[in-house]
Amino acid sequence: MTTEPAKRHTEPVKDWTTDYDIFDAGYVKDPFPVWDELREKCPVAHTERWGGSWMPTTYEDLRKIAANIEIFSSRNPLVANVGEPTEEVMADLENQFSVGAPPISSDPPVHTWSRALLLPKFSIKEVARYEEETRELCRSLIDRFIDKGRADAAVDYAQQIPSRVIASMLGIPQERAGEFTEWVRGFLEYGLTNVDLRSGAAMQIFSFLNEQVQERKANPGDDLISYLLQAKAEGAPDPIPEPHVLGTCFLLLVAGIDTTWSSIGSAMWHLAQNPDDCKRLIDEPELITPAVEELLRAYSPVTMAREVTRDAEYNGCPMKENDKILMNFPAANRDPKKFENPDQVILDREVNPHIAFGVGIHRCAGSNLARMEMKVAIEEWLKRIPEFRLEDPEAVTWAGGQVRGPRKCAVVF
Amino acid sequence: MRIKIDTEKCEGHNRCFVVAGELFELDDSGYAHEVGDGKVPAELKEKARLAVTNCPELAISIDEDD
Ligand code: HEM
Ligand code: SF4
Repeated sequence: MTTEPAKRHTEPVKDWTTDYDIFDAGYVKDPFPVWDELREKCPVAHTERWGGSWMPTTYEDLRKIAANIEIFSSRNPLVANVGEPTEEVMADLENQFSVGAPPISSDPPVHTWSRALLLPKFSIKEVARYEEETRELCRSLIDRFIDKGRADAAVDYAQQIPSRVIASMLGIPQERAGEFTEWVRGFLEYGLTNVDLRSGAAMQIFSFLNEQVQERKANPGDDLISYLLQAKAEGAPDPIPEPHVLGTCFLLLVAGIDTTWSSIGSAMWHLAQNPDDCKRLIDEPELITPAVEELLRAYSPVTMAREVTRDAEYNGCPMKENDKILMNFPAANRDPKKFENPDQVILDREVNPHIAFGVGIHRCAGSNLARMEMKVAIEEWLKRIPEFRLEDPEAVTWAGGQVRGPRKCAVVF
Repeated sequence: MRIKIDTEKCEGHNRCFVVAGELFELDDSGYAHEVGDGKVPAELKEKARLAVTNCPELAISIDEDD
């Protein structure tokens, strides 16, 4: 039951500048030509579909909009608006969700301290503590399929990694990784266009995390939940209120799984079709660092949203209060004005100021973790499986919307 | 040559540190600072320029003549 049923938008798009559809199957699979067309014709496109939104596609516009936090608020970062859940469900959710998912869903001043709490736990140095166990995890995943000569690089590999790494950081049982991967997909993927699925998934995540928080209050450990329960930062309440801790844990689970899995999956999809790149990475192992940045640029998975706080004109577009803006970081990273040969993957690209992790005050707090996971996942795969290819390029499936990446990607070796 | 980070603009992408660890250091939250007084030895000039062009926040500036 919903107050407003999710609208179906099945009519094909005729004009992408005025009626784009981020869930169009062809677009999800191959959005790049559309972005090229929009950048040329209408750099801030508009649609009434899925609750309505504006979509900038140039690097410059993305930077400017991200910087203007007064007009472009982060109070609701979801890219689709398909109505609110029933009052009953809403009341339940509000109990849990009273503070949203800070810092991603907040503006300063709350954003400032809720981000400051997290950053020290996601520095390059802190994240390195999880590198060895991530390597072991990757090896054990490969052990399961190496003798079969085939695997689904998305399902059997990419998808299995981030959920377990974040579980380890939060101190939650890794055996349940499969379960919360499905909840996160329910929230960010299937649930984006279906409010019942989305709120159901949110409730499951909150109830689970709430148990974990209560458990950690009784028995603190060396994990992120225990840390947040006693963490301090300038400007932050002391102690951090429990709903806030819960909201942040929700974010870490949701932001850390689909995103990183998608970028590892896209990297595998690329490598499966580019044996020369595999060979280069094997022959020149130090290339992995720029290669990860380049794969992030070319196949950026994440689009976030902003909400307009008051009527304002931007680039000639008459934006109204509460309009949604899709922060199309992936399109910015293919902007030919900013990147030479943007559609080419150049593993050792020297000038690469990509914004796959966003830009400005909401720059992904987990970026060092995501980079470490991508690097380790690619390295461990290539050590054991230096040569591989897509089993059937036509059989690869993609998810899109908030997070774009392959969901089925069978490879043979 | 001397590099300078505008700490108001730096959002901690850590790209500068990764391309030129000799010239940048990070605090516990990942915000970058110049090593020492920011003076760039001749052999690191190219790396300094790379740090500038890879910073998505345009937070690093170079004074070629200092
Ligand atoms: C390749 C993988 C990832 C990509 C591409 C990515 C992308 C992004 C983007 C674009 C934003 C900016 C949101 C905005 O401007 O509204 C963001 C924010 C955030 N991400 Fe990630 N992310 C990834 C992985 C992770 C991981 C592994 C974690 C941690 C577990 C994480 C935690 C966060 C947090 C906490 C924020 C909010 C920061 C803030 O609002 O200040 N992300 N991410
Ligand atoms: S690359 Fe730029 S934003 Fe990132 S840490 Fe360095 S100076 Fe700061």
